Amino acid sequence: MSDPQALDTFSGADAADLATTETGERQRKPRSLWGDAWIQLRRKPMFYISGVIIVVVALMAAVPDLFTSRPADFNNLDFASQPPSASAWFGYSFQGYDIWARAVHGARATLLVGIFATLITVLIGSLMGIIAGFYGRFVDAFLSRFGDIFAGLPFVLGAIVILTTFNPPGSEPSGTAILVQVILSISVLSWPVSMRIMRSATIVAKQLDYVKAARALGASTRRIIFRHMLPNTVAPVLVYATIALGAFIAVEATLAYLGIGVRPPVVSWGVMINDGKDYVQNSPHELLFPAGLVTITVLAFVMLGDAVRDALDPKSR
Amino acid sequence: MAEAILEVRDLVKHFPVRVGVLFKRTVGHVKAVDGVSFELRRGETLGIVGESGCGKSTLAQVLMRLEPPTSGTASFEGKDMFALRGAELRRLRRNVQIVLQDPYTSLNPRMTVGDIIGEPFEIHPEVAPKGSREGEVRELLNVVGLNPEHINRYPHQFSGGQRQRIGIARALALRPKVIICDEPVSALDVSIQAQVMNLLGELQRDLGLSYVFIAHDLSVVRHLSDRVAVMYLGKVVEIGTEEEIYGQPSHPYTQALLSAVPVPDPLLRGRREVIRLAGDVPSPVDPPSGCRFRTRCWKAQDVCAEEEPELITRVAGHPSACHFAEAHVVVGAERENS
Amino acid sequence: MSTVYDGERGEFVAGEEQATAPLLEVEDLRVEFRTNDGVAKVLNGVSYHVNAGETLAVLGESGSGKSVTAQTVMGILDTPPAVVLGGHVRFHGEDLLAARPTRRMEVRGAGIAMIFQDALSALNPVFTVGFQIAEQLRVRRGLTKAEARKGAIDLLDLVRIPHAGQRFRSYPHEFSGGMRQRAMIAMSLALDPELLIADEPTTALDVTVQAQIMDLLRDIQRERDMGLILITHDLGVVAEVADRIAVMYAGRIVEQADVYSLFRTPAHPYTEALLQSLPRLDLKGQELKAIKGLPPSLAHIPSGCPFHPRCPRVAARCSQEVPAYRRVADGRFSACHFAEELIPRG
Repeated sequence: MSDPQALDTFSGADAADLATTETGERQRKPRSLWGDAWIQLRRKPMFYISGVIIVVVALMAAVPDLFTSRPADFNNLDFASQPPSASAWFGYSFQGYDIWARAVHGARATLLVGIFATLITVLIGSLMGIIAGFYGRFVDAFLSRFGDIFAGLPFVLGAIVILTTFNPPGSEPSGTAILVQVILSISVLSWPVSMRIMRSATIVAKQLDYVKAARALGASTRRIIFRHMLPNTVAPVLVYATIALGAFIAVEATLAYLGIGVRPPVVSWGVMINDGKDYVQNSPHELLFPAGLVTITVLAFVMLGDAVRDALDPKSR
Repeated sequence: MAEAILEVRDLVKHFPVRVGVLFKRTVGHVKAVDGVSFELRRGETLGIVGESGCGKSTLAQVLMRLEPPTSGTASFEGKDMFALRGAELRRLRRNVQIVLQDPYTSLNPRMTVGDIIGEPFEIHPEVAPKGSREGEVRELLNVVGLNPEHINRYPHQFSGGQRQRIGIARALALRPKVIICDEPVSALDVSIQAQVMNLLGELQRDLGLSYVFIAHDLSVVRHLSDRVAVMYLGKVVEIGTEEEIYGQPSHPYTQALLSAVPVPDPLLRGRREVIRLAGDVPSPVDPPSGCRFRTRCWKAQDVCAEEEPELITRVAGHPSACHFAEAHVVVGAERENS
Repeated sequence: MSTVYDGERGEFVAGEEQATAPLLEVEDLRVEFRTNDGVAKVLNGVSYHVNAGETLAVLGESGSGKSVTAQTVMGILDTPPAVVLGGHVRFHGEDLLAARPTRRMEVRGAGIAMIFQDALSALNPVFTVGFQIAEQLRVRRGLTKAEARKGAIDLLDLVRIPHAGQRFRSYPHEFSGGMRQRAMIAMSLALDPELLIADEPTTALDVTVQAQIMDLLRDIQRERDMGLILITHDLGVVAEVADRIAVMYAGRIVEQADVYSLFRTPAHPYTEALLQSLPRLDLKGQELKAIKGLPPSLAHIPSGCPFHPRCPRVAARCSQEVPAYRRVADGRFSACHFAEELIPRG
């Protein structure tokens, strides 16, 4: 016996005491993890704050006209580099763009790249990780080495190779095509990370006694994976996903800067940051506003991920 | 004598030791269980004792069909357990259940107690119709001495002993005939151990259960068992009734094991015969030839290295796998002397 | 004139009357754990002492505070979350809780050493066992590399590790559980401590190995006239090796006595219940009298006597008055209102 154990006993019994007083009448109805997680989420201010930010940004992406009447390429060189004012809340860029209008229109490309690249990365990676961790042996060896091939490629170099293969210099791909290509090339190069996270979490979970007990009861593979493993392995992947989302928005900007990612007329926050970074000294607002938007959005997703992870952990209640 | 409900013959489980990154080579085998035979009779408790690495937990896993056996047979009510597939395997699962050692890892931390105890009914819906399940779960909580109102709590809100009760309730849900208890009380505090042991005893009487009770604590095994098998390095070295094993042990390992257990009575200090074994248990990858205990045995002679002793009755009326089996009172002998 | 707590007589006596001060004396130790979940009162006034050459067994279940007491004595308690509220830890009369950190470092290892339950995690996996022992000798004793090496081999030999010269170069994972425990004992003995605290030293071991380790500890203790505090939950081990026993419950000592009296006539219902709940190897068909209920949460210790909700002898005053920890007979202490009725007079 050591002190952490003593603490554990203490907090465990404590929590049980609290639960009696607090949830007297709700004890009646049987509950489930997801139902409890939802109740838990709705109690967290973090969830609401991050939720509101994400909804606003999503609205910008879906219906930019709600937020600005100017088009993305509204351009008047007379106002070049003017600071924020009532007519242009975020000021004007060096090329005379209205930064607010451009940022509102840029939300779509940024969010699409960030969310879809994260989703694809995490879904493919987790699936591969679960398969590798659950079946082990040859399947694991094969998938792990296969993942190593992609993880071994330098990220930027890999993306350059993929994107220039699809769009040789001089070609004029459509905005949608280039977005899809950017999303896919990011996903292809980063799924092994989430695979590794999921794989090791699965290997740990597989050896735990409750999985043995479920197998002894005759539980199907599907039940074991979805009831017993996933809820216990999702937390580290969730943390990775929120970090990855921010990273992917930055990657999108890098690719745009290199001229192989999103390009005009499509705008993204990454493109704007790139445009603004050369004029930091004379007109810092050109960089600060789009960069601030990226930071706030990423923060909102990080907070959301954190809240969801806590809600899914009965011990944190 | 009641008829056998579970019969195990020459059960072997070897785990391959593999090395390599992509193409693995087998460099040896861990001979975890190496030819074990016994039978469990209806309504009795068969204790299986042994130190870590003797293969007793692997035996439980193979009997639960969590690991495939390397060879050997086991039959439940006359049917070959290892040949069962599909619906028959599901029926076996209902009849044979397990209680695991660690109350902290044997319950899914993200499921409520209601979900944990109710899961057997979801997997075997024919046992309890959907509407009746919550009632069944509450009844089970009641049977194992927990408050049915706690159905919505999570495992971490319970103490170790309470969690072990939840694990027992889960095993009871399908109304099994045999429960394999794999060290069910060894992770619990002394004052809680007795509660859980008494609960297991009551359940056996009330429900007519048969137990395979695996433990390393010889006192606990004696308290609950009708018959006892002693294991060493994957083999049963001695088997008999509880009185035979504790009163007239004939295998040197059993004698040493019994004598090493400290007795909570300071008056016996220095008066008990204590057989001290030298060294550690050899590796199960490369067990000694002949008798596996010979490397630590004070009776060992040349024949022990050459010829493996059979598990047959030589003395004291029960089987013992020693060429020089000899009954020798170890436990309680000091009382008679004094 | 200084006063010293006389364990045998259970009272404070003038310094001069006490022939020799005990080796270690813990007095009224109070420790809390403060976490986000609340405050756990882990130690609520713990007092005990050990003399040179004596074995004191501290018996208790998980959460009783037996390990926390030892860690406070060693000065290895994690603060935070732990907060030492008060009390004294006197080693040769010197209060360690009031001593400077450098002084505490000196005492640690050379004065008081400790061994742990889990030897695998107590040894550093990336260094050889021999190196870890030799390093102690070099750093703390100032020995040269060759001298330290020889000293380490002698120590491994002392704890009966066969082929100590070769085993010097082995890594912890290459040792079996029993050998690791021996190596840890060797390391704890490197600086010739006067007091050894063994925290559940045999709990993780098999019975046959457990017996070897207990023999070893006993022999070393006798040879060196060392004080030994044996922290355990195993009543069997206690009965075989202890001179005196302190029983802990919910952060208090509830009973202290010599081993024979305690097993014959426990002076606290908790001890009594513990003895009755234990399955015995040498008795068949006994009925186990389980203690009802659960050990208390240290955040909500019951009022009055902390054992009263589980006590078979509970009376009205037990839930209101905290029973005083007092001398109830020669060398016997108990914290039960009815202790005097539990033990026969004379």
